[in-house]
Amino acid sequence: MAMITLTIDKQKVAVKEGTTILEAAKQLGINIPTLCYLKEINVIGACRICMVEVQGARTFVAACVAPVAEGMVVRTNTAAVVKARKLVLELILSDHPMECLTCVRNQNCELQRLAEAFGLTEIRFQGATTDYPVDDSSPAIVRDPRKCVLCRRCVSVCAEVQTVRAITAQERGFKTLIAPAFNQGLSEVACVNCGQCALVCPTGAIHEKDDIDKVWAALADPKKHVVVQTAPAVRVTVGEALGMAPGSIVTGKMVAGLRHLGFDKVFDTDFTADLTILEEGNELLQRVNGGGTLPMITSCSPGWIKFIEHFYPDLLPHLSTCKSPQQMFGALAKTYYAQKAGVDPADVFCVSIMPCTAKKFECERPEMNSSGYQDVDVVLTSRELARMFKRVGINLAALPVEEYDAPLGISTGAGEIFGATGGVMEAALRTVYEVVTGKTLDNLDFEMVRGLDGVKEATVPVGDLNVKVAVANGLGNARKLMDAIKAGTADYHFIEIMCCPGGCIGGGGSPIPTNTEIRNKRIAATYVEDKNMPLRKSHENPAVQALYAEFLEKPLGHKSHELLHTKYTPRGQYPEQ
Amino acid sequence: MKSLAQLEQLKKEMREVLKIRDGVASGPWNYHVMVCGGAGCISSNCRDIVTALKAELAAKGLEKEVKVVLTGCMGPCDMGPVMIVYPEGTFYRRVKPKDAATIVEEHLANGTPVRRLLYRAPGSTEPIPKYSDIDFFKKQHKVVLRNMLYIDPLLIEDYISRDGYGALGKALTQMKPEEVIATVKAAGLRGRGGAGFPSGMKWEFTAKATGSPKYVVCNADEGDPGAFMDRSVLEGDPHSIIEGMTICGYAIGAERGYVYIRAEYPLAIERLEAAIARAREFGFLGQDIFGTGFNFDIEIRIGAGAFVCGEETALLTSIEGRRGEPRPRPPFPANAGLFGKPTVINNVETWANIAPIILNGSEWFASIGTEKSKGTKVFALAGRVNNTGLVEVPMGTTVREIVFDIGGGIPRKKAFKAVQTGGPSGGCIPAEHLDVPVDYDSLGQLGAIMGSGGMIVMDEDTCMVDIAKFFLDFVVDESCGKCSPCRIGTKRALETLERIANGNGKEGDIELLLELCSTIKQTALCGLGQTAPNPVLSTIRYFRHEYEDHIKEHKCQASVCEFKAAEE
Ligand SMILES: Cc1cc2nc3c(=O)[nH]c(=O)nc-3n(C[C@H](O)[C@H](O)[C@H](O)COP(=O)(O)O)c2cc1C
Repeated sequence: MAMITLTIDKQKVAVKEGTTILEAAKQLGINIPTLCYLKEINVIGACRICMVEVQGARTFVAACVAPVAEGMVVRTNTAAVVKARKLVLELILSDHPMECLTCVRNQNCELQRLAEAFGLTEIRFQGATTDYPVDDSSPAIVRDPRKCVLCRRCVSVCAEVQTVRAITAQERGFKTLIAPAFNQGLSEVACVNCGQCALVCPTGAIHEKDDIDKVWAALADPKKHVVVQTAPAVRVTVGEALGMAPGSIVTGKMVAGLRHLGFDKVFDTDFTADLTILEEGNELLQRVNGGGTLPMITSCSPGWIKFIEHFYPDLLPHLSTCKSPQQMFGALAKTYYAQKAGVDPADVFCVSIMPCTAKKFECERPEMNSSGYQDVDVVLTSRELARMFKRVGINLAALPVEEYDAPLGISTGAGEIFGATGGVMEAALRTVYEVVTGKTLDNLDFEMVRGLDGVKEATVPVGDLNVKVAVANGLGNARKLMDAIKAGTADYHFIEIMCCPGGCIGGGGSPIPTNTEIRNKRIAATYVEDKNMPLRKSHENPAVQALYAEFLEKPLGHKSHELLHTKYTPRGQYPEQ
Repeated sequence: MKSLAQLEQLKKEMREVLKIRDGVASGPWNYHVMVCGGAGCISSNCRDIVTALKAELAAKGLEKEVKVVLTGCMGPCDMGPVMIVYPEGTFYRRVKPKDAATIVEEHLANGTPVRRLLYRAPGSTEPIPKYSDIDFFKKQHKVVLRNMLYIDPLLIEDYISRDGYGALGKALTQMKPEEVIATVKAAGLRGRGGAGFPSGMKWEFTAKATGSPKYVVCNADEGDPGAFMDRSVLEGDPHSIIEGMTICGYAIGAERGYVYIRAEYPLAIERLEAAIARAREFGFLGQDIFGTGFNFDIEIRIGAGAFVCGEETALLTSIEGRRGEPRPRPPFPANAGLFGKPTVINNVETWANIAPIILNGSEWFASIGTEKSKGTKVFALAGRVNNTGLVEVPMGTTVREIVFDIGGGIPRKKAFKAVQTGGPSGGCIPAEHLDVPVDYDSLGQLGAIMGSGGMIVMDEDTCMVDIAKFFLDFVVDESCGKCSPCRIGTKRALETLERIANGNGKEGDIELLLELCSTIKQTALCGLGQTAPNPVLSTIRYFRHEYEDHIKEHKCQASVCEFKAAEE
């Protein structure tokens, strides 16, 4: 590709043709302020904060969208352009509620940071303000249009990355609103609750529904036996929300912190991740040997489940009937565990800590009460957990490392890697290989299914059979595989799909910011955790073995079907009300 | 149509039949009565006049001797309904259906024009019978509107009689694509949609751009309030657009064109649809045009009438089936236009200029107008002026000539105050600049713009704060909401103007408006935002004292603004 030489703030720089002024300036260490810009996802030049001066141009130029040109002379910091940016920011703030102190994004808000950087001390424009009502119809996501700066990041991520298109611009001019069509509630449209919108929102205009108070209330209730499960991804992400570097592993400290909060038992979703492998692995073998529907597709990710229910309902028979690990956990907590611990299941209060907003919807699905109660009572995201820690002054860094409680806290590295794209597949391959062949795997690391590539494929010899697998992360990539199945060109046995880019470590409930660089660090930490575990294959998990021996009898047995498997609901793209 | 010779033959035959309209009485017809079917005349029931005339003629057994034609817009709208009777070119104005009997009886049967329906210049009682002697027509120079007084827009044969499709035939059979582009370039034609970009250059960029297929798009969104230039051309001479676009398709290597018309123009859509169908039947569209192997066809896309959808990138986005919002340029449509492919997008009036340029040559065209603005411009003359309507003048004509000679001056002896050019995002030109030549550059220097051709005349009873408020109100409504300066900035400017206009202006408001408006111009994403502050800036520039009167003394010189009690 041709190189272009230009001058930015009197420095010469050579960049690839097609580079934007913004990215070129970055190469010189010049960070032009932005608001709507989100690399590779939202490059639309809407907010007009990143204006620069380009010699010969009629107007100022938006650096985020303007491609460089040979000999271009750019000034990023003249008095005129800084003044213009400041006025644009002042305009944005003139239609902003200024409720920073009571905002969920207080101190983690891009608009707040810009206001601080520009030293805005006064808003000279008073007038009409946006006053659309808050949409809290969804169990997972809350929209507050008053705080929206119309950057459209949420629209882009929903449409381009997830291909869901649940929200888009409505009305026009000053009345413009980002919302589902006809300003319906999020719960009324084909929103999958993935929360990628919340992850990219620069302000508090779209965020997780906060369920912390329900948990405080349960913890304060002496009758309740409150158990908590933590998803694989939380231990490699939640530290970021408490000031630690991306990729920090806080497993044992988080366990200590949860005990400190007052949970009666601290358990691990990794345990039911291992259990999922045994159920799902056997289901796969049954389908392969018994002529069942193939390819079989994983069912751990509730955003993905709602996506296929809305957009590919005719492919539902491809889904594994296994519940997600969180829901398997809930069902067992109020049966197996309650029995074992001698607690009345009615008194067991089951909390999940998830990197995920869609889990909030999942736990309320009508099918998810096979224990006779709502199996999981409350789902908190990683961000909410961090808030709980902060509220009581828990400093994770200073806490000792503690162990999860037995038996539902005992797990393997295979359960841990469920948090990263390709992890479920890798865990399944480790087990299926050994169960089918009776041989020990030399190398447990299936590198070809790891990493951020959108769609990954592999063929793995398992005995006589060459198992063909595919892995997709992000719903746009999932769509590619679904279209291939429809077209009859997907001759895989097994497909893993995770709703969010990067898998659960990039989940919509994760610390903000979450970007490609941070995702990679979280993934690396996940595999470090895997390597650190004494056991790395699900079928070797002694607590899972005991569960079968004492309670379930065998994979896909009668009790399993009752507690661990589920059905799906075709919803269609335009759900009936 | 398989050859140029075939076309020439047809043209000759049709010219013979229609030469009565050139003033040569001959053939089977005694008279051709051309009734204006422009938008204004249609709304004053000109169709009933046609019906009445035909009935009277039938009653007198004159149907074989007198032909009645409904034409496109003839221009002098406030005189409507109007008509011209050929061969002598008698011009009747404010005709009512009940006048039909008299016209038939006195004029068409007995050869005596009906005196009371003839035109009289303002202040004069002496009738001027012939349209060509009336100042309104005499001072115009019609290139774009060349066929308006002469053809039935529904008849392709009428268009052919006036050289129609001759330019297409010439381009396809006698010119290389590069020669076509070179001719348009040399003519110096600049886009009539507002920005004035040289059309030939645009075509050349698109021809050279990599990517296929390529597209030709006609911008017929015409969103400026009060503008009806493009509408009139589409309704009155739809084949001229088809011909221009097809020539461009040949020049740039495109096989498909789209015309984006607002849904509010049902008649234009209907006429263009009919014309496209006819052009296909005649082989001017479709496969192997003029036997040259060149294929081209045109489809209509209907817009929902958002002003911003006239902005080229928003328009293309809208054709693609998405919310019509502008996208950043570059990339320009020439490189990444419709569906991301190289695209020429031109305005209706621009397209109407193409055939005459190809037929008469670039020198002929370049001889009209000024050094940097060639050709003519059509204006929709409106407001406080005697002859409102559609006028076409050579570039460089002064505002004074348009307003006073063609427009007949200001009614009721009021004083001229200013003229607003360029529609809601244009600027005003005050009395001291009445002699400015109307061309792209001179208007720009005065803080106004050529725009698409809106021209609103204001007299002494106009309050300039109110005018600024009026135009800004329009753009606030029409802002797409994508970029913050336009979405919020224009709203804040409007709120400030509203305060000033109702007596709640503050010291410093003018300075704040100036700062705000110049920032919006500098930072907005598209032309809408970049030009939205023009009415405010230009009224402050020329009429700052009126703003000051409103703020300091709660005084509105024109007695337009009502001052409310000061808000605390
Ligand atoms: C807000 C806005 C509205 C516009 N509306 C129109 C329109 O209605 N018709 C038109 O031809 N051009 C319109 N334009 C100009 C087009 O963007 C574009 O310049 C034009 O179609 C190019 O054709 P031309 O070169 O033949 O003028 C508009 C521009 C802006 C910024």
